Amino acid sequence: MMGGYEAVIGLEIHAELKTHSKMFCSCDASFGGEPNTKTCPVCLGLPGVLPVLNRRAVELATRLALALNCTIAPRCVFHRKNYFYPDMPKNYQISQYDLPLGVHGHLDLETEEGTIRVGITRVHLEEDTGKTVHVSESGRIHGSEYSLEDFNRAGVPLLEIVTEPDMRTPEQARLFMQELKSIMEHLEVSDCKMEEGSLRCDANVSLRPVGSGELGVKTEVKNMNSFRALYRALDYEIRRQRELLESGGEVVQETRHWDADANVTTPLRTKEYAYDYRYFPEPDLVPLELDREFVEGVRASLPELPADRRQRFREAYGLPPHDAALLTSSKAMGDYFEAVVSAGAPPKAASNWMMGELSAYLNARQVEIEEVRVTPAQLAELIGMVEKGTVSVTMAKGVFQEMLESGRDPRSIVEEKGATQISDQGELEALVEEVVRENPKVVEDFRGGKDKALGFLVGQVMRKTGGRANPQLVNELLLKKLGGAPGG
Amino acid sequence: MDELRYKRAWELVEMLRRREVSALEVLASVRERLEKVEEKVHSYITLTLGEAEEAARAADALLGEGREPGAAAGIPMAVKDVLCTRGVRTTCASRILENYVPVYDATVVARLKGAGLTMVGKANMDEFAMGSSTENSAFGPTRNPWDLERVPGGSSGGSAAAVAAGEAVWALGSDTGGSIRQPAAFCGLVGLKPTYGLVSRYGLVAFASSLDQVGPITRDVRDCALLLSLIAGHDPRDSTSLQVEVPDYLSALEGDVRGLRVGVPAELMQEGLTPGVRSAVEGALELLSGLGAEVEETTLPHLDYALSAYYIIAPAEASSNLARYDGVRYGLRVEGQDMLEMYGRTRASGFGAEVKRRIMLGTYALSAGYYEAYYGQAQKVRTLIVEDFRRAFRDFDVLVSPTTPTPAFALGEKVEDPLSMYLSDVCTIPVNLAGIPAISIPCGLEDGLPVGLQIMGRVLDEATLLRVAAVLEEALDFREKPVPGRGVG
Repeated sequence: MMGGYEAVIGLEIHAELKTHSKMFCSCDASFGGEPNTKTCPVCLGLPGVLPVLNRRAVELATRLALALNCTIAPRCVFHRKNYFYPDMPKNYQISQYDLPLGVHGHLDLETEEGTIRVGITRVHLEEDTGKTVHVSESGRIHGSEYSLEDFNRAGVPLLEIVTEPDMRTPEQARLFMQELKSIMEHLEVSDCKMEEGSLRCDANVSLRPVGSGELGVKTEVKNMNSFRALYRALDYEIRRQRELLESGGEVVQETRHWDADANVTTPLRTKEYAYDYRYFPEPDLVPLELDREFVEGVRASLPELPADRRQRFREAYGLPPHDAALLTSSKAMGDYFEAVVSAGAPPKAASNWMMGELSAYLNARQVEIEEVRVTPAQLAELIGMVEKGTVSVTMAKGVFQEMLESGRDPRSIVEEKGATQISDQGELEALVEEVVRENPKVVEDFRGGKDKALGFLVGQVMRKTGGRANPQLVNELLLKKLGGAPGG
Repeated sequence: MDELRYKRAWELVEMLRRREVSALEVLASVRERLEKVEEKVHSYITLTLGEAEEAARAADALLGEGREPGAAAGIPMAVKDVLCTRGVRTTCASRILENYVPVYDATVVARLKGAGLTMVGKANMDEFAMGSSTENSAFGPTRNPWDLERVPGGSSGGSAAAVAAGEAVWALGSDTGGSIRQPAAFCGLVGLKPTYGLVSRYGLVAFASSLDQVGPITRDVRDCALLLSLIAGHDPRDSTSLQVEVPDYLSALEGDVRGLRVGVPAELMQEGLTPGVRSAVEGALELLSGLGAEVEETTLPHLDYALSAYYIIAPAEASSNLARYDGVRYGLRVEGQDMLEMYGRTRASGFGAEVKRRIMLGTYALSAGYYEAYYGQAQKVRTLIVEDFRRAFRDFDVLVSPTTPTPAFALGEKVEDPLSMYLSDVCTIPVNLAGIPAISIPCGLEDGLPVGLQIMGRVLDEATLLRVAAVLEEALDFREKPVPGRGVG
C-alpha cells in the first residue's frame, strides 16, 4: 500500500477495426503497403468528396459494445472534431460526441484484490489519421527539415473505448487491457497488435487520500505500446505523483509522454492553450439508426467470450483457475489448447506443456502462438508418448525443442535419436572440455557468480549431441570441471 | 431565324436530331459570341473549347450514324467552377485552388458526360460560392449582360451570365442560399434549386454541406426540366442523397393551374422591395388567379429569423469544410518557418476577404461556450422554419414570392457593406434552410432589368413547380434578351 494515497486510473483505448475497407470509402484497410498506395479521393480529403459509412464497422463496433454490456443507442450521430494536423486530410476527424454508439457498459476483472467491476463510459466509432514521418537525424519534429505523410491508415475505422476511473493499481489496468484484448480477439473485431498501433491506450491517473470520494488532479499518460509499458508507465507516474504530494507539491494537469528507454514520463511540449475541437454534427452523414432487430441479431451472433471460456475450462477440463486464466488470455492460446485436448491429450498435461515449455519459448523468442511451428496434434502426440512412457519427460522436452525449431513430428525425432541418451562419461567429458575451451567468457561469468552461465554451457553440450546427452550427467561433469558451485 | 446560340437547349436537341444543324455549328455560334463578349462579361474562369469541340464532333458522328448521343450532346454548357471536373482545373474562384486539377468527376458531371456533355468552360463565381454578386472571385468579377455596370448576381454569376450572353446554352450552378435563383433572376433566366438530396453533392466542393444543392440555370422551364432530369437521382457516394424514383419532369410540364392553391408569404413581401419588383410579382399573381389558381396571402412567422440562422449555420459548416485547404497536400502553399506559419501564410494569401470573414464567423459560432447560443439556437430556428413550411404546405400547393427584393444592383454597390449584400438573399435563404425546392422564373422588367419570381414547393415536388412555372412562363411570354447597345452588342 502506498502511504495514505490511492491511485485512480481510467483508460482510453483505441482499436482499429478488422474491416476489409476503410470507414468511409472502399480503400483497403489492411496494415502496411507502400506509402499512400491505399488511398482515394475520399480518404485523401480532396475537395468535393463525401463519406459513406462502412456497415461492417458498425456491426463490429456493436459486437464489442454488447460484449462490454453497453446499451446500444437506437440513434447515434457522427460529429466533426475540428483541429489542424497534417496527417488528418480534412483537418477534422469524423468521430462521435454526445451520442455515441454504446454507453453504460462494464467489464468484470478477477484481480488479486478480488473481482472488480470497471465501468465502460462509452464505445464509439471514428476514423483513424495518417502517419507523419519527420525527416531529421533524431526522427523528432524539432529540428526536422521536413515531414512526410502516409495516408494509408487515414480513414481506417477506429473504436474508442473509455472506461470509468475504476482501476486502482497498474496491475488492474494491465489486466483490463489484457481482458479487453482477449475479448476483441474472441469477437474478431480487431487484430489488437499494439506494436502495429492497431491497439493503443492512454491512461488518466490521479491520486487521492485513501477513503476520499473526490478525485485528485490527473495527468494523461500517452505512448504506451505494450502491456508492460502500460504497467511500468503507470507505476512510474503513481510514484511520481505520490512523491510530489508527499513533499507538499501539487500535481499539474497535463499530458505526459512515456519514455520507455528512460523509464520516465515527461510532459509533452504543447502550446499553453486548451484545444477547442468545435464539435458539431457531421452534415455529410445521416444519423445512424440501429433498430432492435439489428442489435438482437448481433447479440445472437456473439461467440463465447473469455470469461465464459475461462469458466468452461475450469468446469469442463478441471483446470485450476490460474491455468484457465492463462489459457484464455488470448483467443489463439485457448484455441490451441482446445485443439491439443481434442487431439487426445489429457487437459491438465496439455495445460502444463503450454504454460511451461511452450510459454517459455514464446516469451524467449517474443513470438505469437500463431507463429509456432508445432501443431496442436503434434504436441498431443508428444504428450501421448510421455503418457505411455515411450519417452521420459526430460527427453520429451528436448524433443519438443526440436519440434519448435523444425516443425517435425515427435515420432520421427525420437526415432532418429534412437531414443537413446548419451550417458557415456568419457564421450561427454571430451565435449564438456571442448565447450569450456570455446566459451571462456561464459566460464568467467559462471565463476563470477552467474547461475545462468551454467545453463548456457549445458545447452552447448546438448547442441553438440543433438540433444541426446544426458543433461543430468552433463551438469555434473561441468560442475566438476569448473570446480564447484558458482562463485564458490 | 434566331442565332443558334440563343436557342433553347430542347430546340437544339430536336434540330440536331432532325440534322438541321450540327453540334459543331452550334458550338461555332457560341464560340463566335465568346470571342466577342467574354472579355467584357467574363463569365468563365477556364475555357475548355478543345474538349467541347471533341464532344461536339463525337455527337455529330453518332447522329450521323443515326445513334442517340444523349440529351446534353452538342448543347454548349457552362459548368460552375465549384464542380470537380477530371483533368480540368477547378478553382472555386479562389487563389488557394488556382492550379488545382481534380482526379475525378463530380457525379453530376459524370452523369452529364454519359449524356454527351459539351462543356464550354468552368464558370466564374463568388469564391467558394460565398457571395451574391460574383464580385468575390479571385479572378475578377463577372458583369451582367443586361447592363455591364451591374452584377449578374451570385454566387453562380458566371453560369447565369454565360447563358444570358449567349456564351452557353445552359448551365449548372449551385445554390446554398440562393446562388442559382438570384443570378437567374438578375439575368432574366430560369434557375432551380432542387430538394436537398435530389441531386448528388459528390464532387461539389462543399460550402455549407447541409444547404448546398446543384441545379440548372436555363433559358426556359422546359430546359430546366430537361437538365434536372439528367442530373437528379440517388448516388451511393452521397449519404444525404435521397433514394427516390425520379419522375419524368418533361411530362410534368403538361397541365394547368386550375384549383391550384397558391400562398404568398407576407414576410417575403415586406418593405425593401422595389416598386418594379412588387408590381411584377403582383402581376404574375394576378395572372395565376386569372388562370384559375386560388391565390391567398399567408404567414410563415419564423422567416424573419431565417437570415440570422443562415449566417450562423452556413459559416459554421464552411469553417470546417474549408479547413482542408492548408497547403499540405494540394493547392496553394506559402512556405513558413514551421508548420503553423505555413498554415497561416497559405490561408492568409489563399482566401479572399469574404471567405475569411465567414470562416471567422463560423469558427466563433462553434466555439466552446458559444455553441449553444449560436449554432444550437440557429438549429432550433431552422427547425421552426421547417415547421412553418410544413404547415403552409398543408394549405397550399406552392408558395410564391419575389426571388430578390431588387433587380441587379450596380457593381461595387454593396462590396463594402456585407450586411446589405446578405439581405439580397432574404427571399431565397429560407428555402435552403427548409430543404425544399424552389424555382425562379423571369416575370417582368424594372428599368430594363429583369425581375425574378420565386415558386417554392413541397419536398420532392419539383414536378408541380415546373408545371406552375411552365404555365406562368407561357402566360407571361417573357422573351426579353440582354439589352443590346448597353455595351454587349
